[in-house]
Amino acid sequence: MTDSFAKLAELMPLLLEGAWATLRISAMSLVAAMAVAFLIGMARLSGLRPLRIGAVIFVEFFRGTSLLVQLFFLYFILPLYHIRLGAETTAVLGIGLNLGAYGSEIVRSAIASIGIGQYEAARSLSLPRWITFSKIIFPQAMLIMLPSFGNLAIEIVKATALVSLITITELTQTGHNLINATGDTSLVWLIILVMYLAINTPLNLLVSWAEKRAGRFKQGKSRVV
Amino acid sequence: MSFDFGFALGILPVLLQGAVLTVLATIGGFAGALVGGAIVATMHRSDIKALRFLAIGFVYVIRNTPLLVQLYFVFYVLPSFGITIGALSAGILGLSLHYSAFIAEVYRAGIGAVPVGQFEAADALGLGTVQKWALVIAPQAVKPILPVLGNYLIGMFKETPILATITVIELFGAAQDVAGKTYRYNEPYTLVALIFLAISIPCSLLVRRLDSTRKGA
Repeated sequence: MTDSFAKLAELMPLLLEGAWATLRISAMSLVAAMAVAFLIGMARLSGLRPLRIGAVIFVEFFRGTSLLVQLFFLYFILPLYHIRLGAETTAVLGIGLNLGAYGSEIVRSAIASIGIGQYEAARSLSLPRWITFSKIIFPQAMLIMLPSFGNLAIEIVKATALVSLITITELTQTGHNLINATGDTSLVWLIILVMYLAINTPLNLLVSWAEKRAGRFKQGKSRVV
Repeated sequence: MSFDFGFALGILPVLLQGAVLTVLATIGGFAGALVGGAIVATMHRSDIKALRFLAIGFVYVIRNTPLLVQLYFVFYVLPSFGITIGALSAGILGLSLHYSAFIAEVYRAGIGAVPVGQFEAADALGLGTVQKWALVIAPQAVKPILPVLGNYLIGMFKETPILATITVIELFGAAQDVAGKTYRYNEPYTLVALIFLAISIPCSLLVRRLDSTRKGA
């Protein structure tokens, strides 16, 4: 056991480096996924039919096939069409498109859940459409979206494990490398699991906090009404 | 590099063989997860604190760590405890463990949606535990959870390519094999995506229909 601890101390710098790469890719992917989610989610609600249909096809495609297959597609097929992306760009793009497709449902359902009375009230105040959306609809929808986006962030952290398969050295790949070097399979995979827990636990706490906040806001609102 | 339809047609049989394995792994993993989920959900309802604690801990760890790492755990760590199983069995076991955490929560929500009065009425009629659950609670709990279970089944189907990383030659593994041998990546990976869409889109339409008929009724 003391042997394991000594080994652990030796491995720690490398593991932390892997965890840092996981965090970095997760953060960039989250930004990409949010952008995709808002773009596609709004397109789903658009008055223009082609835009709506395009968004549905996008979502069906990215949710209908596996993220792993999509990553391999981006990494191995795009270069055949002379589009060369770095491994990390591919990873962020792949996770952003895939999880963004899931995220677009969050955006769509949150905006759709805002009561029609809110639109009518804005109209009766003769607010322009843009102001109605940015000052009345969107802030309320954002509060509903927050906990779901927290969960999406957790999904993204987990999804980054897959990018080890397109040659990126993040936490999971660091685990492989360390096993090749030390041969201590059980210890290394146990530490990797614990490190993922250490990354996702704060996110989890944030989600339950956001859920509570959103709940309180809704209660307060109903009291005013 | 263009898409060679002749080559694509040539490798289709091999890929379809892989697809059969993908479907088998999905069915096996899902059956395991249905049972595992029931065990975890039961532990969650237990009066014994240690069992409840174990169930909560299990769900927490599974939901916050990647499936890939969990699969490595099953595939690489079990042998060092003297448990040696084949790659496919390890894959199915890993999928079962992973999804049993999620499905346990689905069961919990389904049972939670049954009004307390139904439990009380069953008790008031003097029904035994088995009768209470089989005749009163389960039939009411099953209806709302069926579409959710359907979605998890589709989700699992889409995650089986991950088994290729622990040497299972399912659909994606077969494609990697072809790509590695022929140095042609375009056709195998495109076909994999198309085969996945061909199976998963009809399935998700079916689930959506199931969901809407339930809500309509």
